[in-house]
Order: sequence, then C-alpha cells, then structure tokens
Amino acid sequence: MAHVKEDKNTYLAHFDRFEQGGAASDWFLPARKTAMARFTELGFPTTKDEDWRYTNVAPIAKIAFERADRSAIDGVTAAQIARLAMADAVGGLLVFINGHFARDLSIIDSLSAGLHAGSLAAAVESGDAVVKEHLGKHTDSVTQAFAALNTAIVEDGAVIRVESGKKIERPIHVLYLSTSTASPFVSHPRNLIVVGECSEVTVIENYVGLDGAKYFANAVTEIVVGDGAIVDHYNVQREADEAFHIGTRHVRLGRDSCATSHTLSMGGKLVRNNVGALLAGEGAECTLNGLYTIDGEQHVDNHLRVDHAVPHCDSREFYKGILEGRSHGVFCGRIMVREDAQKTDAKQTNMSLLLSEEAQVDSKPQLEIFADDVKCTHGATIGQVDEDALFYLQSRGISAEAARSLLIYAFAKESVSKIKVDALREQLDALLLARLPQGASFRESA
Amino acid sequence: MLEIRNLHANVEGHEILKGIDLTVNAGEVHSIMGPNGSGKSTLAQVLAGHEAYEVTQGQIIYKGQDLTELTPDKRACEGIFLAFQYPVEIPGVTTNYFLRAAINSIRKHRGEEELDAMDFLDVVKKKAEYVEIDSKLLNRAINEGFSGGEKKRNEIFQMAMLEPTLAILDETDSGLDIDALKIVADGVNKLRGPDRAMVVVTHYQRLLNYIVPDFVHVLMDGRIVKSGGKELALELEQNGYKGVDDAKAGTEAVTS
Repeated sequence: MAHVKEDKNTYLAHFDRFEQGGAASDWFLPARKTAMARFTELGFPTTKDEDWRYTNVAPIAKIAFERADRSAIDGVTAAQIARLAMADAVGGLLVFINGHFARDLSIIDSLSAGLHAGSLAAAVESGDAVVKEHLGKHTDSVTQAFAALNTAIVEDGAVIRVESGKKIERPIHVLYLSTSTASPFVSHPRNLIVVGECSEVTVIENYVGLDGAKYFANAVTEIVVGDGAIVDHYNVQREADEAFHIGTRHVRLGRDSCATSHTLSMGGKLVRNNVGALLAGEGAECTLNGLYTIDGEQHVDNHLRVDHAVPHCDSREFYKGILEGRSHGVFCGRIMVREDAQKTDAKQTNMSLLLSEEAQVDSKPQLEIFADDVKCTHGATIGQVDEDALFYLQSRGISAEAARSLLIYAFAKESVSKIKVDALREQLDALLLARLPQGASFRESA
Repeated sequence: MLEIRNLHANVEGHEILKGIDLTVNAGEVHSIMGPNGSGKSTLAQVLAGHEAYEVTQGQIIYKGQDLTELTPDKRACEGIFLAFQYPVEIPGVTTNYFLRAAINSIRKHRGEEELDAMDFLDVVKKKAEYVEIDSKLLNRAINEGFSGGEKKRNEIFQMAMLEPTLAILDETDSGLDIDALKIVADGVNKLRGPDRAMVVVTHYQRLLNYIVPDFVHVLMDGRIVKSGGKELALELEQNGYKGVDDAKAGTEAVTS
C-alpha cells in the first residue's frame, strides 16, 4: 500500500501550488480541492475495477511524472507547427506545447463573428461567466479518478464558445504537441466547448507527440451543445510511441441538437478513451464514431457511455479497430435508456480486424433499458482479412500483399469517410496508407 | 494454349480430380459439363490458383509454362481469368477502383504503361455496354447488395475489361433468368476471338444454346468420361448424365 501512496504523492506535490490560494482564479479552488480529495480517496483504478478490467494503468501510476514547464515552447518552431496546423482549412488555431498555451504559435486574431476561442487559464483568471457556469459541471470528478485528477491540477486548455445562432464555417483546431524532455512529464489538458442555441461549429482536438517524447496526457473535454445546435467534434491521437493518454470527453446534448464526436487513435503506448454522451433534450441525435489502428505492444481502450435521459433521441456508436502485432484493443459500450426515454433509437456497432495471431480484442456491449418502447441494437464482429475476398482480388491480377492492404484500407475507409473536414480526412488517409505495404499505389483514386 | 495432363487435386485431403486430360487451343470454346460434385468447379478453381486446392499429380501447361508454379495474381497477369460461380462481396472497395488497380497491375507485368483515370473511364464506358451494366453499380462496393444477375454481369464486365487469353466461366448461368442469361451470353460471344480460348463450366445444356461450344466434355467423379462436339450437349439434354454413366460402372450420377 505504501507504494500506492507514493503514486499519489507525485500529484499531491503538483497540487501544492494551487492550495495557497490568493489568486484571481480562487473561485475554482473549492472544486480543485474537492477533486483532489476524491482522487486521493479513489487512487488509480486497478484491474479489479469492472471499468478497468482490461486496462492496467499501473505503468502510469509507477512513473513519477514531472509537471511540464513552459520552457518547451521555445524549442518549437513555427515550421514544425505549420506542418500539423492545417492552417488553410481552419478558422482558428490554438497551440499548446506540453500542455502550455503557446500564444505566439496560435492563430486567434481573426475569428468569425460570434466565435470566441482562447486559453482556459486566462478565462479562469478573468472569471469568465460561461466558464464559471460550465467548467467541471459535465464531467464526473466524483467516481472517475483521472477526471478528478485533471480537475484538481488542470493548468490550461482551450475554451471555445459560440454565441447563439452563429454558423461557424471553418473548423477550430486545438493542437496539443508533446515534445521530448529530459524527464517524463504529465499534462492535464482541459477543454470546454460551449455552443449556443442553433449554432454550428466543428472542433478538432489534435494530440501529437514528437519522436522520443515520454509523457502522460490526462485530458478532459466538456462539450455543451445548445438546443438546435450542430457540433462536429474530432479527437485525434497521434501520440508518441512511449506516451500514455487518458482522454475523457463528455457531450451534453440539448433539445433537437445534433453532435458527432470522432475518436481517432493512431498512436501512444496506452490509450484510454472515456466518451460519454448525455441526451438531455428531446429530439437530440448523437453519433460516436471511432477508429484505432495499433501494432506492437500498443493498447487502446474505448469506453463509451450513452445516456438517454429523455424521449425521442437517437444515438449511433460506430467503432472500428485494426490490430497487429501483440496489440490489445478494448471496446466497452454502455447504453443507458432511462425510464422516461421512450422512443429511443440506439444502435451500437463494434468491428475489429485482427491481423496477427497475438493481437487481442475484448468487446463488451452493455445495455441498460428501463423504458419499454425503444429500439436498441448492438453488434460486434471480430475477424481476420477475408480469404475469399483476397483470392478474388488476386485472381484479377492484384498481388497478395496489395490485395491485403486494399482490404485493410477498405475496412478503415468506412470510418475515415465519416470525417467531414477534408484536410483532416486526407491526413488520416495518408497516415493509414503509409502504414500499408504498397498503400501508396492506391492513393490517387481512393 | 492450355494442356492439362493427368491432373489430380485434393481439397482438405479428399481427392476431387482424379486424372484430367484436356487440351484447349486458341480460338476454341470448350464446355465442361457434369453433375453436381463431379469436380467442375474444382477444376476451375485449380486453374485460377486457389490455394485450398492442392495439385498432387500431373501438370497444367499454359503457354508453355507450368501454371502450378504461379500465384493467382501472376496467372491473371499471364491472361487467365475466372468468372466466379459465387462472386465475392467486398465492402469498401468499388468495382471501378479495384479494376483500375487490377488492369494497371497486369499492364505493369506486361511492361505497358499504366492507364490514367480518364483513359480508364473511356474503356469502362465501352465495356459496360457489352453487358448492359449500369455504370452506377461500378461505383459501388464490389458486388455488395447486387442481385444474382448483377453479380454475374459484373463478372463478364470484368472479363471484358481485363481481356484475358484464357477465360474460365464457372457456372455463369446459375441463378440467371432468361433475359440475364441472354445478356451474359451475348457479352461472352462478343469476346470470342481467334486469340482467346474459353472454358465454360456448366451444369445445364441451356447456356450452350447461347454460347455454342466447339467441344463438350463430360466430367464425372473427377475424370473426363466423354468428349465430343456440340451435339454431345444435346444428347445429354435428352438422356441425362445417366446415359453417359452407363458406360462407366460404379459412378453415382445425378440426372439433371
């Protein structure tokens, strides 16, 4: 037990700096203190926890990560950012280096009317009314240790707010770049997206790790979708090989709103996504789309929870995984239909493609239905590359290797094609093809 | 063009082909007929190179080389085409997309220049008319949600696109109504030529009213038990496979 205590000490020490108070951000201090107390009580989850049965976070707990400092910002060049920024395609760019806001690398000077985007730290400091109203209100810091830890010692992140009745044409890009440092570091990115009534916006959260970077990103995003609003949200993880990423996202959907949250995990040593959606207003429609491709010893765990609290809402979960090497994928999709939530239409699909003997998938649907007039379906498939399809393609002159790549690509394509931002879809397409033998040869007309 | 000598082949340890001898020359159309389970489809799959079928004895000589040493894609590059009895559905890959990859793979093998998207679409337009296939189908995932007739037409369309020298049609007539049968047969007839040979595998004589073969072979229990001209097919139509079987004791035959 002494060992476990030590795990927490790392973070208790990080919390010290907030405890003194005396800053303009003091209004958030009680929430921090409560969350820290909860984290101390809960500790890191273990595989004895049902929700963490397949994902062992002991490797995260045992490393004494350091607080990332701001100095890394100086080591990042504008050219490095330019390669990742998709600047031509986006209407705003917020850059964070090792969790710290890099104002000079960001592009937020000419945002569309009705759109506000900036650093969370600054908004907390200034006592922004919207931040006060929503920060920490939509995520569970009581039972979820990692969310509690984030709430307790969060330093910065993005705040994106869209006024009512505004259609924001171009996506907002939030780029979290992690660099290689002398010692492993931890960051707790925290994003708050609040979209007003009948507005439309697209937000891309993009987590990228540079080669050799060792870190733990413990991210939380809260998304509040106003009545009649349309939100398209992307969470892209291209973390470094030695990185840990625990990402918690919570979407609250108002009446007649429509939100899609994409989770695209393409990197990292251990990745856990906790994605929650609360259908809080009648007529809301929520889509959770996911794709991960892993290899070697990588581990990706997608935990979804869709909560139908009111009648007449639709939800769609569509998650796909491609696994090679000795990698391990987990899917756990929980759909909760409350007593009042009649006429719910919920559908869950989880498909996995295993490309090696040692790769492993655990897929677990969980339906809890308390209403009696609902439509709830779920389906999971786990398979290998279809030998008949392989022979069919080969019999037309395509080599075995290219045919296999083509079939793997086709499997992923269904998820990738759901990405509505062209520049992002092309980036992921190129990323997928680069990993496939002879992939480049079928890029052009794909 | 094709010379099969004493061919024996196994599936999962069971011997299905028990010594086939067959010679096919350029310009000829051969029909292989026989009851269910006689080994017709096995012969087609063995020629295309399906790895579930193991050649245990004999030889397949195609254009002077031993075919059994080539992988399925190399056979296709050398001009062999199999129209599948059960065309495979492949979600996520459109027919047009994969065909262009196939054509360019074959062209590359022959040392020819690859077709660009524009040239490719020109050829598609022309060949799609052969089998009256809706070009919208070609932009859909391969065979996904296609009717039986559409799948078979897609096979013949692919054959027209790839212009093989040896085409093997495995029960292309099964599951077709009479209109679809005519369209498919018409497409096949347009592809007949002095440099191209065809092996038409069928259970029913009906197809041969539309695709008139030069030679008919009757396959039973893994061997060719009778060969003749197109009139042999008519004989089979009248007497069934039983009549042929009389000459060959100990074989279980099914009357069509």
